[in-house]
Amino acid sequence: MTTTQTGVRTTGRIGDSAQRPDGTLKVTGEFAYASDLWHDDMVWGVTLRSPHPHARIRRIDVTEALTVPGVSAVLTADDVPGENAYGLEHADQPVLAAEFVRYEGEPVALVAADHPETARRAAARIRVHYEVLPALTDPRRALDDDAPQVHPGGNLVRHLRLRRGDPEPTAPVVVSIDFEVGMQDQAFLGPESGLAVPAEDGGVDLYVATQWLHVDQRQICLALGMPPEKVRLTLAGVGGAFGGREDLSVHVHACLLALRTGRPVKMSYGREESFYGHVHRHPATMTYEFGAERDGTLVYAKARTLLDGGAYASSTAAVVGNAGLLGLGPYRIPSVAVDAYGVFTHNPPCGAMRGFGCVQAAFAHEALMDELAAAVGVSPVEIRQRNGFVEGDRTVTGQVIDSAAPVAELLQRVADLPLPSALPERPDLLDLPGAVGNTTHGEGVHRGVGYAVTYKNIGFSEGFDDYSTARVRLQVVAGEAVATVHTAAAEVGQGLVTVQQQIARTELGVERVVVVPADTAVGSAGSTSASRQTYVTGGAVKAACEAVRTAVLQRAAVALGRPVAGLALDGDKVVGPSGEVLAGLGEVLGDDAVEETVEWRHRPTHAVDPETGQGDAHVQFAFSAHRAVVDVDTELGLVKVVALDTAQDVGRAINPDAVVGQIHGGSAQGMGLALMEEVVVTDGHVRNPSFTDYLLPTILDMPPMRVEVLEYADPHAPYGVRGVGEPPTISSGPAVAAAVRAACAKPLRRVPIRPEHITGT
Amino acid sequence: MRVTTTVNGTERTADDVWPGESLLYLLRERLGLPGAKNACEQGECGSCTVYLDGEPVCACLVAAGQAIGREVTTVEGLAEGEALHPVQEAFVEAGAVQCGFCTPGLVVAAADLLARVPEPSDPEIREALAGNLCRCTGYEKILDAVRLAARRQATR
Repeated sequence: MTTTQTGVRTTGRIGDSAQRPDGTLKVTGEFAYASDLWHDDMVWGVTLRSPHPHARIRRIDVTEALTVPGVSAVLTADDVPGENAYGLEHADQPVLAAEFVRYEGEPVALVAADHPETARRAAARIRVHYEVLPALTDPRRALDDDAPQVHPGGNLVRHLRLRRGDPEPTAPVVVSIDFEVGMQDQAFLGPESGLAVPAEDGGVDLYVATQWLHVDQRQICLALGMPPEKVRLTLAGVGGAFGGREDLSVHVHACLLALRTGRPVKMSYGREESFYGHVHRHPATMTYEFGAERDGTLVYAKARTLLDGGAYASSTAAVVGNAGLLGLGPYRIPSVAVDAYGVFTHNPPCGAMRGFGCVQAAFAHEALMDELAAAVGVSPVEIRQRNGFVEGDRTVTGQVIDSAAPVAELLQRVADLPLPSALPERPDLLDLPGAVGNTTHGEGVHRGVGYAVTYKNIGFSEGFDDYSTARVRLQVVAGEAVATVHTAAAEVGQGLVTVQQQIARTELGVERVVVVPADTAVGSAGSTSASRQTYVTGGAVKAACEAVRTAVLQRAAVALGRPVAGLALDGDKVVGPSGEVLAGLGEVLGDDAVEETVEWRHRPTHAVDPETGQGDAHVQFAFSAHRAVVDVDTELGLVKVVALDTAQDVGRAINPDAVVGQIHGGSAQGMGLALMEEVVVTDGHVRNPSFTDYLLPTILDMPPMRVEVLEYADPHAPYGVRGVGEPPTISSGPAVAAAVRAACAKPLRRVPIRPEHITGT
Repeated sequence: MRVTTTVNGTERTADDVWPGESLLYLLRERLGLPGAKNACEQGECGSCTVYLDGEPVCACLVAAGQAIGREVTTVEGLAEGEALHPVQEAFVEAGAVQCGFCTPGLVVAAADLLARVPEPSDPEIREALAGNLCRCTGYEKILDAVRLAARRQATR
């Protein structure tokens, strides 16, 4: 469980690169991730999944499985006591498939046994009689009249329609493009895991790796038919998330098995199961057209985007919203017509992944900007600078950008960075595409440079009530002021626990801040997604600290007989206007603790007009630009990324090192999608569910990355912060793709770019 | 079957081990040492890297029975008392840890590199850590950490 009560003291206020309070535990192997949990008398749960993308379940026979020695329970849909349905936005996904299975890997039955291998073998002895049905696996067919229906309501999840300006625009320069993006996996390293412990009150305590405890709790309660007070969640250590833990995985299953067996149940997926156990990034098919003046100034944009949502809704509707509302890039465009569709198919369900709808779109609009640059004869940097947003511009939904929008400056920053030196005449093999594969000594290798820029909404949009709750306590323990921060916010690796400490130190003047484990004993913190936690939970912690400080100073004012104005907290002392010590905190508080709980909201956002997509849908925008330099062996189609540099406006860096770490990691994930990462699905079947066959960037694949951090404070956000995590994932991939196109002079309208796309073979 | 092996300097025994169990399962589920991680369980990610008789191995690819009578050192055994191994210290200081799931394996692999090559070049670091996947950091701060640990080690 994520706790920072480690005995390892860290320091640092906002603006410092404070160290992680859990860093020592993580380097010594003592940090308890969800898959590390253990309980006396626990049994192991496993899932039996559908081998078919679409089938009717005729009958399930569990008799043989129950006879396996060591098995304590076998459960099917009939054993779900509440509603057999869950989902982030629509409860359309069965906890265990009842009548139909709608994708390969859909959970059908559960087994608990005293050894995971016993449970797996027993699961293999469950006889499920399927009637295989025709599967809809081509999203382009989903809206055809004769397409198989995935759900009774039809195959459309959402159509986002965006219209602005001239409905029939014309322009002297017109460029267009078709682009396709493959299915990316979050590939967090810590597998989906949890431990459910049955409680004496008939309820259950679940320790689980997740991104949003309270939205999990709501769904689990529905399925178990239990009130929230009986379903208590605590965050277990999270080994990365990137959107892949927004939907439920082991949650309900482990609880069902625990309640049935009366024993603690641990579930932990292997890597193959993990590929079936969480949603992926939507594959996209896009058609874009830009019209511009002869100098490259954009006149209009048209786009049609199709996202394959797979078998269940998950967060597809919100992803479609982003792909539509933000899908034309950070550019001033007077007239727009966008239609973005999310559809059901019998492919694996798709949902949230870092960048959330903007990633796919950016590949298309950035490739098209390069086309436009070529058509009007200006550089890729210049075309973007000419059209890029500045503060005060209106987005394509009519929303005024009311804080910094430094598109031109970000591009200039990356453009001004020195370029890596050219390959020497006799290059080291390690510096070449193919490396020690010894596939080239430099012959056939061409260098390319590419640019991309993006913007991303921060926080939840379109009118969502987006808030976080923080409880902060201040007391004197053994003569030392100690602040305790309690939220339900999920630390997934990004460093939110560090940020919470830094904020409490800054606001309360204390050095010692304990961040207690996130759980549902405190109100919702919202999701660790949409790059929102430093903003929203940071805002809540700040507000709770301010409330504590006010309460303490009021007590001090009464005790000292002085006006509260002018009093301040400094460490374990109350000080006056010129810093003079007036009282020790211990004297003011005695043995009391002052505790305040605050629910904090950012400015409201609004739903968009259903006909035109117009409206103030977002609370904040974040911008980043990338420049990629690649060497491509055009004969073999091998790519070596030589440099991948970023400039990003972060508003205010609460923890500068952690900010840079987010940008590095986000850039790597974008590069992965451009060059190697794809969940290959044919006929509804996943062909590469392993780290042997799903390729992730290694340390040999990643180039040195320079990061230019700009800090233009957002006056509307706590401390001026701007979300950091997602933008670099959006702009890095398109920059890499552009660099490869420049190197090999091929259009390359699909990512990931494979060797055969480069060689044309 | 019974497995007796020396782990972090202490002889440990586990009974009723199923012959199909890996060294990783033995360490994590039977000996209470979950430091080595279970990210891919097919030798691709390096998260389960431990020393077996002084050689770094993927514990997921070693059968538990193969460890009988041999010496295993895990990430839990690298620090000396309260004093972190220089590589551990450097990973914390350099910000090389985010979610940290890859960290135990990387720490062992980096410690092994520095034991063999006290002042590695960047290409040597990259080569040595090529079998360890990290999804959070893009590896830049991991390189920083290894360089920092090498410098520290040289001045000690």
